[in-house]
Amino acid sequence: MSGYGLLPFRFTRFDDARTIVVNEAGEHHFLANDDLQRFVMHELPAGGDTFLDLKAKHFLFDSGSIAPFELLATKIRSKKAFLGGFTSLHIFVISLRCEHSCHYCQVSRVSADRERYDMSEETARRALDLAFRSPAPRLKIELQGGEPLLHFERVRQIVEEAQRRAADEGREIEVVVTSNLAMLDDDMLVFFHDHGVFLSTSVDGPEALHNANRPRPGNDSYARAVDGIRRARAVLGHDRVAALMTTTRASLQSPEAIVSEYLRLGFSSIFLRPLSPYGFALRSIRTTGYSMREFLDFYVRALDCILDANAKGRYLAETYAQLLLTRMLTPFATGYVDLQSPAGAGIGAAVYNYDGDVYASDESRMLAEMGDTRFRLGNVHRDSYDAIFGGEALRRIVAASVAESIPGCADCAFLPWCGSDPVHHYATTGDVVPHVPTSDFHEKNFFIFKHLLSLYERDPAIRRIFWSWIRNEAVPSQEVA
Amino acid sequence: MRLHEVVAVNGVDRQLIGRVTRTPLSSGRSDAFLLIDDGAPAADAAGYLGVLAVGDFSGAPGSPVAHGLRHLDYLDDGDVVVVDPTGFVRALYRRASQHNFILATEQCNSLCLMCSQPPKTIDDSHRLAEHLRLIDLIDPATAELGITGGEPTLLRDGFLQLIARCRERLPHTALHVLTNGRLFFYRSFAEKLGAIAHPDLVLGIPLYSDIDSHHDHIVQAPGAFEETVIGLHHLDRYEVRVEIRVVLHALSIPRLPQLATFIARNFPFAWQIALMGLEMTGLVHRNLRALWIDPADYQKELREAAAILVDAGMHVSIYNHQLCVLDRRLWSLARKSISDWKNVYLPECNGCDALEQCGGFFQSGTRIRSARIHPLSSSAA
Repeated sequence: MSGYGLLPFRFTRFDDARTIVVNEAGEHHFLANDDLQRFVMHELPAGGDTFLDLKAKHFLFDSGSIAPFELLATKIRSKKAFLGGFTSLHIFVISLRCEHSCHYCQVSRVSADRERYDMSEETARRALDLAFRSPAPRLKIELQGGEPLLHFERVRQIVEEAQRRAADEGREIEVVVTSNLAMLDDDMLVFFHDHGVFLSTSVDGPEALHNANRPRPGNDSYARAVDGIRRARAVLGHDRVAALMTTTRASLQSPEAIVSEYLRLGFSSIFLRPLSPYGFALRSIRTTGYSMREFLDFYVRALDCILDANAKGRYLAETYAQLLLTRMLTPFATGYVDLQSPAGAGIGAAVYNYDGDVYASDESRMLAEMGDTRFRLGNVHRDSYDAIFGGEALRRIVAASVAESIPGCADCAFLPWCGSDPVHHYATTGDVVPHVPTSDFHEKNFFIFKHLLSLYERDPAIRRIFWSWIRNEAVPSQEVA
Repeated sequence: MRLHEVVAVNGVDRQLIGRVTRTPLSSGRSDAFLLIDDGAPAADAAGYLGVLAVGDFSGAPGSPVAHGLRHLDYLDDGDVVVVDPTGFVRALYRRASQHNFILATEQCNSLCLMCSQPPKTIDDSHRLAEHLRLIDLIDPATAELGITGGEPTLLRDGFLQLIARCRERLPHTALHVLTNGRLFFYRSFAEKLGAIAHPDLVLGIPLYSDIDSHHDHIVQAPGAFEETVIGLHHLDRYEVRVEIRVVLHALSIPRLPQLATFIARNFPFAWQIALMGLEMTGLVHRNLRALWIDPADYQKELREAAAILVDAGMHVSIYNHQLCVLDRRLWSLARKSISDWKNVYLPECNGCDALEQCGGFFQSGTRIRSARIHPLSSSAA
């Protein structure tokens, strides 16, 4: 053939001089603005560097060879491989009860009413039946609350039964317990050790900030969490305990102190998370809330601190950047239920509430607590697996979350790295389809993609740190780059 | 090298392949050649496949005998030797060597500008039987075996038979095949290879550019790029491990970093990426003007490419490079690969403190070499 043909891609102006083009498989290339013009007008000189770069990255083709199409097709298929296993994450809300009363917490209750707020043995068993119906080769069972340690007999039952069934079926299983660790005792630790359980806890920052965010009787949330982390590491191993932080209005001023706290506590990752617009969080927006712009300013400052620490030889990965960079720079699939297309609600993760209701996501459950049950997929006592995981409710959610068909997403340069979260869009705007120009979801992700690219482009040392996050290993001492 | 010679034979009416032994055997004599060194006492030669003797030997009436060999000290018990009716004696396998390989065929469907083992247009498919017999005779404790060519896959079903036989007879021997991978463009061929499920097989497949026409020019075969890259994907689909091999020369260096990105993006499943210095033998000399670049002059591209691959978590090895012209930051990736009988060093290497770690030179490749070979002092090494 003469000349060349274009392969599917999207683009956006990156800075004054350059445009970024991203192909369907998520490979990107920077072009001088003039070159973009030449490229789409079929005027790039064949054999020039720009031509060859775009050809090698599958933005154009210039022969009858099937190779570019075969390679591109494989890469697109690989990127969507997270869909292959169907629902792999199964979240059990063991109890709604909690002795904390965090301002941002979505749904937990300080209550002694076990009858009312605890998951029953029968509900747990039926939920496990559903989880094991999933075709996913690897199952992840996450036990949360409320505070799951307040209902430890149910923790025991689910972990033991899940592991027994996994062994019978020859399936891999991972169990995570999400806890504030305040009620962690030695018997529990021995149980976790014997069953290879991972712990996920909350650390919001230095003691004063943490305790202000997470009130409990005695105002000792921080001391109990730190003590729990120390004891759990001693018994389970250092890497079996991870922590998450939630950003509140009070956090915005202290990115340095929060990052320092994670370093001091010896963590290898930190997840800078904004508040979720749900439940109590939405109601207390005036005291704990902030705009997305304020969060992003915080994110940038905190990320700088994290990069500084890494540059000095201390490995600390920011979990969200790690996820996005893996999507941007590698051919691998990364499922993340809150940011994928179609969304992971129901098809990547399912939530079994204490009362047996099944939700497409934790956020769906929180909306239900506020009286809106539209994202409830069914109930473990009343509905079959097929009705819950193949029913209309889930089909509607999935169909609404295909970013490739959402106005404003469909032609966004960063679409191959991004996704949609219909539950979030609904909670914030009343519509499962986002209004992209005013969406905080779009504002956040578009900004962070661009920010990460700028950092990556600017500094070879940062590039190396980013790659070490992608590999999830500290930068080797003998450096090639 | 003393791996072959032509000698006088008696009673050899067909090609004989057997293990050699100096130690008299009580069983399995029919698979073995008895070695009789010069001055060795007369031995009981009955029942052996044949006798290999230094000097004249007439002690085994009725047995096939090759005699008049100049010496046999390069052979040890367990080595495998072939004796032709013409008197041509060759060692096919040496138990003590780390570098045993089967030359599957000398035919090839490419004609790489830098080919170190130029192909021949002969029908040597009859050698398949010899290869299969050899596999039967190789010591199962052998750590590693190569299959090379020419292009081994041109044997088609014969190639699959070789791999299957290795799996059957040498299940603990790592098998390393050098192939251009082009025939795996045909998915069923990759599927059949995968179905053999060899426990320790790697196919070493060359890829010289991220641009089809550049690669095709280097291998002198239109369409080769398309066949190789699709072949690589087919091999991955059927869980056959692949190593991607890049020979560094003036035609592959300019887009080496882009090739690294291309590999990381399209072939992340590759078990190893081998970046190899030019071997100064075979067709290289004919194409030297197009191919030669002083290794000292491509360190920037090499380092950039290696960094891209290492960052992406790929296993990178650099072969055939002298340490004194290799960027120090790449030393941890350098492997001393040149086989034991080919390693040589130069007068310039005298007094170098890094000699122990360095691969040195191919025996064939000392004449054309980097202008910047120099001894390293231990303070630098």
